[in-house]
Amino acid sequence: MIRLDSKVPSGPLETKWDRHRFTEKLVSPNNKQAIKVIVVGTGLAGASAASTLGQLGYHVDCFCFHDSPRRAHSIAAQGGINAAKNYQDDGDSIARLFYDTIKGGDFRSREANVYRLAQVSTQIIDQCVALGVPFAREYGGQLANRSFGGVQVSRTFYCRGQTGQQLLLGAYSALCWQIERGQVVMHPRTEMLDLIVVDGHAQGIVVRDLISGRLSVHVAQAVILATGGYSNIFYLSTNATGCNVTATYRAWRQGAAFANPCFTQIHPTAIPPSEEHQAKLTLMSESLRNDGRIWVPKRAGDARAPEDIPESERDYFLERRYPRFGNLVPRDVASRAVKVVCDEGCGVGPGGHGVYLDFAEVIEREGLGLVRERYGNLFEMYQRITGEDAYKAPMRIYPAPHYTMGGLWVDYNLMSTVPGLFVVGEANFADHGANRLGASSLMQGLADGYFILPYTIGHYLATTKNEPIAPDHPDARAAMDRVVARTTKLLEGNGKRTAASFHRALGHIMWNACGMARHRSGLHHALQTIPPLRHDFWCQVAVPGSGETFNQQLEYAGRVADFLDFAELLCHDALHREESCGAHFREEHQTADGEPIRDDERFAFVAAWEYQPNGTPILHKEPLSFEFVQPAMRSYQ
Amino acid sequence: MHFTLNVWRQRGPDDKGAFMTYPAADISPAMSFLEMLDVVNQRLILNGEEPIAFESDCREGICGACSLVINGIPHGPDRGVATCQLYMRRFADETVLTIEPWRAKAFPVIRDLIVDRRALDRIMQAGGYISSNTGGAVDGNTVLIGKDRAETAMDAASCIGCGACVAGCRNASAMLFVAAKVSHLAHLPQGEPERVRRADAMMKAMDREGFGSCGNQYECEAVCPKSISVHFIATFNREFLRSTIAEPGPLTGAPADPHAEFR
Ligand SMILES: Cc1cc2nc3c(=O)[nH]c(=O)nc-3n(C[C@H](O)[C@H](O)[C@H](O)COP(=O)(O)OP(=O)(O)OC[C@H]3O[C@@H](n4cnc5c(N)ncnc54)[C@H](O)[C@@H]3O)c2cc1C
Ligand code: SF4
Ligand code: FES
Repeated sequence: MIRLDSKVPSGPLETKWDRHRFTEKLVSPNNKQAIKVIVVGTGLAGASAASTLGQLGYHVDCFCFHDSPRRAHSIAAQGGINAAKNYQDDGDSIARLFYDTIKGGDFRSREANVYRLAQVSTQIIDQCVALGVPFAREYGGQLANRSFGGVQVSRTFYCRGQTGQQLLLGAYSALCWQIERGQVVMHPRTEMLDLIVVDGHAQGIVVRDLISGRLSVHVAQAVILATGGYSNIFYLSTNATGCNVTATYRAWRQGAAFANPCFTQIHPTAIPPSEEHQAKLTLMSESLRNDGRIWVPKRAGDARAPEDIPESERDYFLERRYPRFGNLVPRDVASRAVKVVCDEGCGVGPGGHGVYLDFAEVIEREGLGLVRERYGNLFEMYQRITGEDAYKAPMRIYPAPHYTMGGLWVDYNLMSTVPGLFVVGEANFADHGANRLGASSLMQGLADGYFILPYTIGHYLATTKNEPIAPDHPDARAAMDRVVARTTKLLEGNGKRTAASFHRALGHIMWNACGMARHRSGLHHALQTIPPLRHDFWCQVAVPGSGETFNQQLEYAGRVADFLDFAELLCHDALHREESCGAHFREEHQTADGEPIRDDERFAFVAAWEYQPNGTPILHKEPLSFEFVQPAMRSYQ
Repeated sequence: MHFTLNVWRQRGPDDKGAFMTYPAADISPAMSFLEMLDVVNQRLILNGEEPIAFESDCREGICGACSLVINGIPHGPDRGVATCQLYMRRFADETVLTIEPWRAKAFPVIRDLIVDRRALDRIMQAGGYISSNTGGAVDGNTVLIGKDRAETAMDAASCIGCGACVAGCRNASAMLFVAAKVSHLAHLPQGEPERVRRADAMMKAMDREGFGSCGNQYECEAVCPKSISVHFIATFNREFLRSTIAEPGPLTGAPADPHAEFR
């Protein structure tokens, strides 16, 4: 039976983290050398955690399914990373970053966590500069900033359109240093397939070597999951094709509560889907909204070319509906507004799934050169994908699944409900509430890995006496048996449909029932159609080859299988949450003009689901209390 | 559109490998090259054959996972583009496409089009970093870095570690990859203290891994999906020279113009 204890320290918000760090027990340097921890994942969260733990003197075994830690999905983040530096003197502060993040998340996150995130944000930038991250600079040599959706200050640090790449390369290089020193042993091309829990404590993992197919057991005194998000459950998303839910889902089955799975973010500015065989959707960085104006023709079904539509017949719907924030409203608000105009028949491009993102005005005002300097690589990318030139005609954009706020439940120490299992980065649920503001995921990943987990894990290790188990411990063998059974079953399918076709079918169900808008009837329908699809999958999936070799189809089928299971949990959560909140928009709960209605009386809690073998998952609630901010109607008008 | 694919099939490092021919029929011009391969693979699987193994992840040209030689050119015919960003509308209908893995001694084939590029990680581990403990870094604005300097560092830092430069080079040299990292860090004050050791250690690691030496053919730049400039090789050569002169202690004063010797 799961008990949720958030371990949030009492007392004033500003000093919680300092006081907590002081009261936490430390591991002495000598003892660290006798401790081994496992880190799964080498994105920003995993690489920063593994390198820092290595540097502290722990022995770290680090795993990723990529061929090199540098290829983790974090590499693809474009726009930037926030920090409350107030270098621009435009009114920013830790308190304001905290407030923007809490409000942006629609008051569904823990105050203490978010405040701490804002506090350490300033250190992150300094650490990254020290590691050689070439942030954009002003002519005078100071760090440059820009602004992102949902805020009115410029607090976003960036490296052209490649911020994630540069931050990850910084963390990767710190990791390289620790690998060279022998503190971190890196296991690339190795996939975690199950968690080993002994007497209620996480003590190891079962992995598959993706080249030889060999399964093996790795044991340690603590396990850290940094395995990213599950947006690929929608099949088409902005995520890398390898992103998945396997590690967190397997941990869920071993007792880790899964929190707020239905909080999945749809990003407003992706290139619209074009056809059936498309493998992913490409994001156009949110920074484009700083200079591009979003519009559609006023008249439904207007098929004229954009340049033939006079100003008076254009609807700049974000500026019209949200005069104060205009095109910079948060993602959930913008995505929904796009959906509304497209549902009304005003959408542009194939199938009416698109709106214009227009740069004509800024080009006119500030010149082509400036636009090219700021966004050149994005315009090029757009041209290659669509064959259209956005310097001449406006871009077409449409919302796409992008980020998952839900994840394994963790307490203030980033520990899950399974003692010894820590979860960092996008894989946990903390900090973003029901919606994530731009440029704050990179911030959270690095905050967790560089500045929070390395402190909090020490307390667990200092106060828990658990020797590493033997690799043939019965609980390890049981975990191994689970993996073997599953792999064998996957290979037994009798080959009528590919794993991809099931993934696409599931994505379709999820996008329609549990995407940008949700409705009771749609969710019920999804819950009825997922089990037969899963049944077909297990009877009919075609997985060629064997388990003892390099087998990409086997890897992929395993991930699709977990998505098929996890989809139900996601729908249950969406169904249960009878309110509209952040990225979770229940059509039953909206005002006459389409604004969401949140219900703080009944739903100001974190929904943490407990796995039940062969039964409906059990819901536990962590009530959210707001001592320092008053949850208010979230208005951007 | 219809294409004919000549694809290198090889079951493992010890297998001999051979080209096999597959039709790629009914391909839409809006598909990326990798989506085209996805479609061919779906058909192979349903025919009971093993799909063509190739690597990709981000499919946005940034992770460096995808690696294919298309008609003799790493990442295909377009300049400054990774395979995943190549779209089928780029090719004429009915074209024959020959698809091979990177070929280099330091990159053994794992299967079909996938090679083992861990040698690049090992070069990075030899010194492609700044050793700076977490915590206690000074404010990022205490050390000013001029915009031009930061931009040059960023140009070099944008390498995605794909290894196309090696595959495109007659000598299978990893010079552009190494030069990009060394130049990135040499252009920043934070990289200063370790620059001598870094250049030396990375050069040695490159030799150890079995990469060839640089013959100034500049094929690397031509095939690089990030258009990393060969000018950085000159920067690297200069950094390496410093290390052979073995000046004691940290060096100061990086040249303001990294491309000086080309001007
Ligand atoms: C296109 C795009 C642009 C974005 N831009 C921004 C931005 O500008 N600013 C911002 O703040 N955020 C941005 N984001 C969000 C941000 O990139 C991610 O939320 C963040 O990078 C997640 O980092 P992570 O370390 O938690 O996980 P990831 O980077 O996803 O890393 C996951 C790691 O886990 C490993 N892994 C996963 N499962 C297993 C397993 N079973 N076994 C072994 N290893 C496993 C993978 O190999 C990988 O190393 C963007 C996202 C996308 C898709
Ligand atoms: S230098 Fe260019 S070709 Fe070589 S690894 Fe880097 S990005 Fe790839
Ligand atoms: S798949 Fe990431 S660069 Fe091509």
